[in-house]
Amino acid sequence: MNYFQLFDLPATFELDLTELGSRYLALQRKFHPDKHAAASHRDRLMSVQQTANINDAYHSLKQPLLRAEHLLALRGLKISHEQRSFTDPVFLMQQMELREQLEEISSSVDPDNAIMAVEQQLQQQRKVLLKELAATLEANTAEQNQQAAELVRKLKFFFKLQHELELIEQQLQD
Amino acid sequence: MAYSNKVIDHYENPRNVGSFAKDDPSIATGMVGAPACGDVMKLQIKVNEQGIIEDAKFKTYGCGSAIASSSLVTEWVKGKSLDEAQQIKNTDIAHELALPPVKIHCSILAEDAIKAAIADYKQKRGS
Repeated sequence: MNYFQLFDLPATFELDLTELGSRYLALQRKFHPDKHAAASHRDRLMSVQQTANINDAYHSLKQPLLRAEHLLALRGLKISHEQRSFTDPVFLMQQMELREQLEEISSSVDPDNAIMAVEQQLQQQRKVLLKELAATLEANTAEQNQQAAELVRKLKFFFKLQHELELIEQQLQD
Repeated sequence: MAYSNKVIDHYENPRNVGSFAKDDPSIATGMVGAPACGDVMKLQIKVNEQGIIEDAKFKTYGCGSAIASSSLVTEWVKGKSLDEAQQIKNTDIAHELALPPVKIHCSILAEDAIKAAIADYKQKRGS
């Protein structure tokens, strides 16, 4: 299913999220199962199915990484369930170092400052990668799409780090 | 999801955690990651002149199954030749640790890590 089509939006990475939000609400209202309570069994089932599709589509398009994955899948590059290991040693070494930095936060003299320092690094790296991702997806050549897939993989590591950082922050607050 | 006893054992008492000095010519390093879960795994081997793996160490940031898989592999490769270590299959790891289907990728990661370390050694030696 083409999620962009469902919302009648152009299949691009840089998406107007406000527009997506309002189209989502409009479609949700249109297909809400309560509105079809008096309809035939078949029509009711269809409205339930349609609502589920709309929710899935909105969820996928809202988040940049899922949106990029969906866009790549539409271009014939399915990476969302791949189990291939990532092997770029320079990138992985940097990930290791960032993980070590996260590990040291709780024992540091000024944990808040340490969190801020990592947070800034992560934000900066994400920004660079997302910008590159937008450019490669825009270019939309076979080679650039492969490059975009690689950028999505890298960004997943950074989103995971962000999640880990937030867990540490929570633990320190408790 | 319940972890098997063997996973819990390796997770709570991981064998061979740590790092070797990278510039030692007898040391080779394999680095792999799994984008889907953000796991990162480093596996190092110390190889003697006869091509036997004398020692191994790992450092893994990831779930219990990923830590257990890499811990198990460092135990398995000690005393093996590079060719023997190359034969380790993710299915053997998954079987030994009784990994559920959703955690099979952790054993794949560990297999790829030892293969990457062997490749790094061969490249270092120029063979």
